Amino acid sequence: MEPLSNKRKLIESKPLNFLERAYLPAILSGLAITMRHFFRKPVTISYPEEKREFSENFRGMHSLKRDEDGKERCTACGLCALSCPAEAITMIAAERQPGEENLYREEKYAAVYEINMLRCIFCGLCEEACPKEAIYLDGDIVPADYLRKDFIYGKDKLVEAPLNQ
Amino acid sequence: MELADIIIKFILIVIIFAISLVIAMYSTYAERKIAAFFQDRIGPNRAGPWGILQPLADGGKMFLKEEIIPTNASGFLFIAGPSLAILTACIGSAVIPWGQKLTLGSHVIDLQVADINVGILYIFGVVSLGVYGVMIGGWASNNKYSLLGAIRAASQNISYEISMGLSIIALLMVTGTLSLREIAQQQQGWHWNVIYQPLGFLIFIICAFAETNRTPFDLPECETELVGGYHTEYSSMKLGFYLFAEYINMFISSAVMATLYFGGYNMPFIHHFGFSENLVTILGVVFLFIKIFAFIFFFMWVRWTIPRFRYDQLMDLGWKILIPLAIANIVITGIWITFIK
Repeated sequence: MEPLSNKRKLIESKPLNFLERAYLPAILSGLAITMRHFFRKPVTISYPEEKREFSENFRGMHSLKRDEDGKERCTACGLCALSCPAEAITMIAAERQPGEENLYREEKYAAVYEINMLRCIFCGLCEEACPKEAIYLDGDIVPADYLRKDFIYGKDKLVEAPLNQ
Repeated sequence: MELADIIIKFILIVIIFAISLVIAMYSTYAERKIAAFFQDRIGPNRAGPWGILQPLADGGKMFLKEEIIPTNASGFLFIAGPSLAILTACIGSAVIPWGQKLTLGSHVIDLQVADINVGILYIFGVVSLGVYGVMIGGWASNNKYSLLGAIRAASQNISYEISMGLSIIALLMVTGTLSLREIAQQQQGWHWNVIYQPLGFLIFIICAFAETNRTPFDLPECETELVGGYHTEYSSMKLGFYLFAEYINMFISSAVMATLYFGGYNMPFIHHFGFSENLVTILGVVFLFIKIFAFIFFFMWVRWTIPRFRYDQLMDLGWKILIPLAIANIVITGIWITFIK
């Protein structure tokens, strides 16, 4: 039969010759291989001190964005929560009061916005669903913690730092 | 024997004991570091600079762990096992000549604890006792994995001791003495026994791997099949003793190999420099330790290179290959001595 690819390699099984059966030459070549590795540069990245660069499309911790005037973009439409396959996002909407125009971009905003980082699978669907470009998964790795309740991140951790006041 | 001599011997014993323990401690560190380098990693580097305090941290951890004696274990033997293992590991160093004589004022200090004329037999006796620690511990644990490990250790040691003894017989035919001091003395200059006994040395080093339960012959404690082998049920410092005993054994067998086959404390060409005798002695000790460390490194190098033997392969190698080879070596040595030398 004609091979589909030229990758096929016929393997003959022939009895081992004396040197192969003696086992020691094979051990010596093995020792040579490990010795080559001995002088090779280690591939370790000492993590807390050194950080490996993330790829461009890495999805890390969420951040809620502000617009160019420093107002929160989120309008609490709930599309992110709806799109979330892990049901990690909850929010409570509130109406913007007069005098808060410099805080929130539109009349409605999220009074409470919580993401449960233990549920989140970092799929990025919230980012895709958001019509206001308010949420991005552009942060670092979510840090470890001791208690489950501490993994529910509220607005204090999620909202971007305000523009320099 | 004068009192001063007794005190000197006592100090020597304490020093050798301390050196064995420190080397065993730092062998664990070296093992981890070397393993890391062979695998393109860094190894322990958090405790102290380059991780050199790691053995202390490990030891401290061992001491602080909970002592567990299983309910169905045989209480006395369970404790006797690791004690015996470390005891037999430590007393092996008594007959090894660490260096030539050191002259301090009117005292001539022999850098050897006991220059007995059957030094090799003593080493053999101690080595064969070593398996009792493993066997007793494995049996007393009342655990099937421990028992399997103990049985493997026993059968392995019995099989490999024979070829080890036979390879030594060929060496003894060349040297004509059982005293390690004399054997070391004979190898002055470049007359290392490994040149006259290459096959014997090969057999001896393979058997040394088997006797110290090092990879590729670490079947008694092979993790993949037997959980932890004979020390499955051990915790705390009793486990530490078993692990320690392995490293001390490695140190002692390296010292024996260096003494028997690689000239011991003799440095080639040292007499051309015209150093004082004490300096030559000290340099000899340093040189012996360099050889020992080279052997320890070789032990570790092999460990991180080749996989473990299967049990039947181990027995095949011991009984069908090494013993006939060792006997052939004796015959060849005999012919060589009678007709050529």
